[in-house]
Amino acid sequence: MMQTVTIQDEGDIVEARRVVRDFAKEMGFGIVDQTKIATATSELARNIFRYAGKGLVELQDVLSPHGMRAIFSDEGPGIENVSLAMQEGFTTTQGSLGLGLPGTQRLVDEMKIESTPGKGTKVIIFKKMP
Amino acid sequence: MERIPILKLKNFLIISIQTDIHDMIIKILQEDILNKIIETHARGVLIDVSALDIMDSFMARTLRDSAIMAGLIGAKVVVTGIQPAVAITLIELGLKMNQVYTANNLDHGFEILNELITEEDFKNKL
Ligand SMILES: Nc1ncnc2c1ncn2[C@@H]1O[C@H](COP(=O)(O)OP(=O)(O)OP(=O)(O)O)[C@@H](O)[C@H]1O
Ligand SMILES: [Mg+2]
Repeated sequence: MMQTVTIQDEGDIVEARRVVRDFAKEMGFGIVDQTKIATATSELARNIFRYAGKGLVELQDVLSPHGMRAIFSDEGPGIENVSLAMQEGFTTTQGSLGLGLPGTQRLVDEMKIESTPGKGTKVIIFKKMP
Repeated sequence: MERIPILKLKNFLIISIQTDIHDMIIKILQEDILNKIIETHARGVLIDVSALDIMDSFMARTLRDSAIMAGLIGAKVVVTGIQPAVAITLIELGLKMNQVYTANNLDHGFEILNELITEEDFKNKL
């Protein structure tokens, strides 16, 4: 099973979290995990919209270890210092809390960021099936 | 642009967020609430989110900020009906809603508002 959602406007953030919840539900995740994955998606999709303008969300049903993977990729400005961006409170948006990335990490079992300044960003999250 | 309706009942404003909405609409709601408080002199606002199966950091922060701003112009806000899965997720995400009054349903929310307003009236009389 595989599915993609394009992010290019604010409405797509809502669409992405809905599609991700349905995907997680279909896979058999419980309500709390569905909500966590959908919320993580909302944070990462918003980052794409806000910092890169557009990008793609790709969902995968992984067999071993059994779980759900979501890949958020964009060709935006990239992240200069990934470990700094992962710190709570770090933000380049005035008035924001810098909670998106560190908060998302707490909602999933694995999270990896690959980013090249000037080229783009890829965030991969994984939620294990309990 | 779609807008979330705000009902007025006596001294209160009542808002029910029925579906998952995008950032712009929640921002407009924030403004509408503040304008309506000023326009109607409402003393309490109930925001029911029991139909929402997701609340991310943006929405939670906007609700929290709305409650703080409403407080500054003289109205108390109670958010009602946060679903358990949403509450668990918000805590893990790291968003603190501790400046906001919450209740598990509208009835309880009403009670809290009435208590808060009685308490305030009492203080003002002293
Ligand atoms: N896809 C991306 N492309 C470029 N920069 C990004 C991307 N995602 C995140 N960043 C950078 O990492 C920083 C931290 O992101 P994070 O989501 O943690 O916080 P935020 O978006 O600033 O605030 P919040 O999510 O709390 O509203 C951002 O301010 C931004 O500079
Ligand atoms: Mg963010």
